[in-house]
Amino acid sequence: MSEYIIKNGHVFDSVTGIKGDKKDISVKDGKIVDKVGSSAKIVDAKGKTVMAGALDIHAHVAGPKVNAGRWYRPEDKHFDSHKVPGITRIEGGKSIPTVFKTGYAYARMGFTFVMEAAMPPMYARHVHEEIHDTPIIDEAALPVFGNNWFILEYLKNQEIENTAAYIAWILRQTKGYGVKCVNPGGTEAWAWGLNCLTIHDPVPYFDITPAEIITGLIAANEYLGLPHSFHLHQNDLGNPGNYTVTLDSLKLAEGVKPKNNFGREQVLHSTHLQFHSYGGDSFANIDSKAKEVMDYVNKQKNLTIDTGQVTLDETTTMTADGPFEHHLHALNHLKWFNVDVELETGAGVVPYIYSPNVTVNAIQWAIGLELALFAKDPERCFITTDHPNAGPFTRYPRVYSWLMSKKVRDERLNTFKNADKVISATYLAEIDREISLYELAQMTRSGPARALGLSKDYGGLAPGMNADIAIYNIDPDNFPTTGADIEKAFANVAYLFKDGKICVEEGKIVDMGHKQTFWVDAKVNENKQVMHDIKEKFLKYYSLNENNYPVPESYAPHQHILTVDAVQ
Amino acid sequence: METITLTVKKVPELYLECEGLTPDALAGKSVDQIAKLPAYQGKEISTLGEYFTIAGSTGATAADTKIVVNGDCSKMKYIGAKMTAGEMVVNSDCDMYTGSWMSGGKLLVKGNVHSFCGLALKGGEFTIEGNAGNYLAAAYRGDWRGMSGGVLRVKGNAGSDVASFMTGGTLIIEGDVDIHLGTHMEGGKIILKGNANRRVGGQLVKGEIYVFGNINVMMPGYKKTGEVDLEVDGTKAKFDEYIGDLGERHPKKKGETVYGKLFMKK
Repeated sequence: MSEYIIKNGHVFDSVTGIKGDKKDISVKDGKIVDKVGSSAKIVDAKGKTVMAGALDIHAHVAGPKVNAGRWYRPEDKHFDSHKVPGITRIEGGKSIPTVFKTGYAYARMGFTFVMEAAMPPMYARHVHEEIHDTPIIDEAALPVFGNNWFILEYLKNQEIENTAAYIAWILRQTKGYGVKCVNPGGTEAWAWGLNCLTIHDPVPYFDITPAEIITGLIAANEYLGLPHSFHLHQNDLGNPGNYTVTLDSLKLAEGVKPKNNFGREQVLHSTHLQFHSYGGDSFANIDSKAKEVMDYVNKQKNLTIDTGQVTLDETTTMTADGPFEHHLHALNHLKWFNVDVELETGAGVVPYIYSPNVTVNAIQWAIGLELALFAKDPERCFITTDHPNAGPFTRYPRVYSWLMSKKVRDERLNTFKNADKVISATYLAEIDREISLYELAQMTRSGPARALGLSKDYGGLAPGMNADIAIYNIDPDNFPTTGADIEKAFANVAYLFKDGKICVEEGKIVDMGHKQTFWVDAKVNENKQVMHDIKEKFLKYYSLNENNYPVPESYAPHQHILTVDAVQ
Repeated sequence: METITLTVKKVPELYLECEGLTPDALAGKSVDQIAKLPAYQGKEISTLGEYFTIAGSTGATAADTKIVVNGDCSKMKYIGAKMTAGEMVVNSDCDMYTGSWMSGGKLLVKGNVHSFCGLALKGGEFTIEGNAGNYLAAAYRGDWRGMSGGVLRVKGNAGSDVASFMTGGTLIIEGDVDIHLGTHMEGGKIILKGNANRRVGGQLVKGEIYVFGNINVMMPGYKKTGEVDLEVDGTKAKFDEYIGDLGERHPKKKGETVYGKLFMKK
């Protein structure tokens, strides 16, 4: 494999602690190395910014609900049907791009790893088919557990060992990466036409509360010692006044210590926190509680969060939070897709237009930025758009421009239709902080890599790590001043190295790379009880045979397995 | 106003997507430059010059430009789509998406048009001298934003699903329509001078439909509320007034529920 040396670039990397100094980065056999031979190809990065490849900790990019969005929104990809010269396929779709566009667009922005945030176990094959077809970027998927009948029954009896054994079984069957939980109990309640809006609302029939589900899944996750922590989408998403539910949920992690061999330091990742940081008691008086929520998060070292930034675009919301999507459909009357996934979960899809003329949308926009700007530890706060729920991931460059320039974000804030109302309901106007390139590298590289348990290989530029390197046309001594210039610089890398190969050059895809699918194989004690329960539920309730449930290796031929030994 | 004439010299084997055939795209360009503008056939990129003989000149802006298209355009899509100003006259039948997303200017087709024409029309005047196919003035597939402004007149008949998701503007059909007229309509005015088949105004939230002829089968969600004298597109007559669709949600204004209206000429 080729050797490269990236010369004269301004390096921003918290793993090696380099804050914009010029340092040459050497690449050999897909890894970063101390030095290379004299025949190494030279990449001149003079006047450019060099960072590790970025990681997206939470995006909906593959699987049945993403595809439901694609097939029921042909209008989303209209006028995208013409092929451009080069090796790429047609890039269709804006909020729900094709798998090809997903891979290309992430790569062009400097991303090399993306976590699919919600995999229904029963439809894991579909998720892996799409992941396999997404070029360049490495991916993994989190199966959803928060409304699964096995989990509800085990946790009702506080059987952590059985819960862990079942999780380990599911991860192996679905080639899953960790434990995702969406609206704990609420999606199951939705099958009965109900919801769980606080962490103490009992789940119908199962007689368990969201608080018990959250506590139990955190315990099971640490029992197994998985690379990623429990990954939570809290109850009562999107409703005014929900920040108290958020704080109640986060408090459940107090005192729990991480136990793993991957360098992960948190026990709970709270996702798209913007949707969970609202005050007020109606959409007429909704206001920001970003400060209250971040004051708590800043103190609790065993928490990580991602923002879920509203980008003010037309988009397609999609979540396993079925009752929320029905609620949204009742608000905007746009087309509604709803599905129940047998014993496991459910999902809904509704298009949504975040408009700068709608006060609530502008407040949501401000809250997302506030979360990042109030974060004291950039290694624990990650930038996402909860793609496509708060906006398409292709808007990250614009999100960076708002975070990195007070001028750019104030221009946006002050030109909202109801700017006065937005300013009085939020903290943003008073915040002067501008995220630096180093902090951006922490929020998008080293931070998410550590939270996902991937810090050995991803998120940094130390020798021995993967040669996933993004080089941007940004001269830190002459940082772009307009929003459009910042956006342009982050939207198209000068170079992207994936595993030591140049895949993008000046925004043009030149190589499809060798993408890998990551999953976790957790070894646990033999558990006859759980195996008996699985057999029984398949016989009694599932519409498919247990033998047809696992994802065969042919669905993820380029797999990278992380092994965990939880045998006790 | 300057006039530029495009005459079809080769009928495409498949269908030609003429997304750039509007006064906006042609204004300020020379005949040679226009000949090099892209046109698409399947996955192949071609040029307008490959399919048209081009003569005349264009104005500096779209508003100063008139385009005349001669020859057989029955396999050409998107003619006049997204035009914002100026004038176009097409002396032929046209395929799908003709005059769709138009927001200004005048477009006259002196033949028939296929389905999905005048989609999401926002403004301007679009006249079809022949017949129109299905989904005239409707929303694009999957979309919920149909015709929202402007005037669209069809001198012949139109097909099914006409004006689905219409939210504004005026649509006049001088002939007949098939099923599903004004489904999901939320504003605007439809004047149908001929007859309709079934399901007129199904799931209609707001807006007005005037029918001069008969409706084969009336929707059950409409209730007669009285008789009114009206002048509709130059015709003075007595109409029966209905409100509906009573099976659908309706907004409230100053405490009063706002219904959609259907008027049947007596």
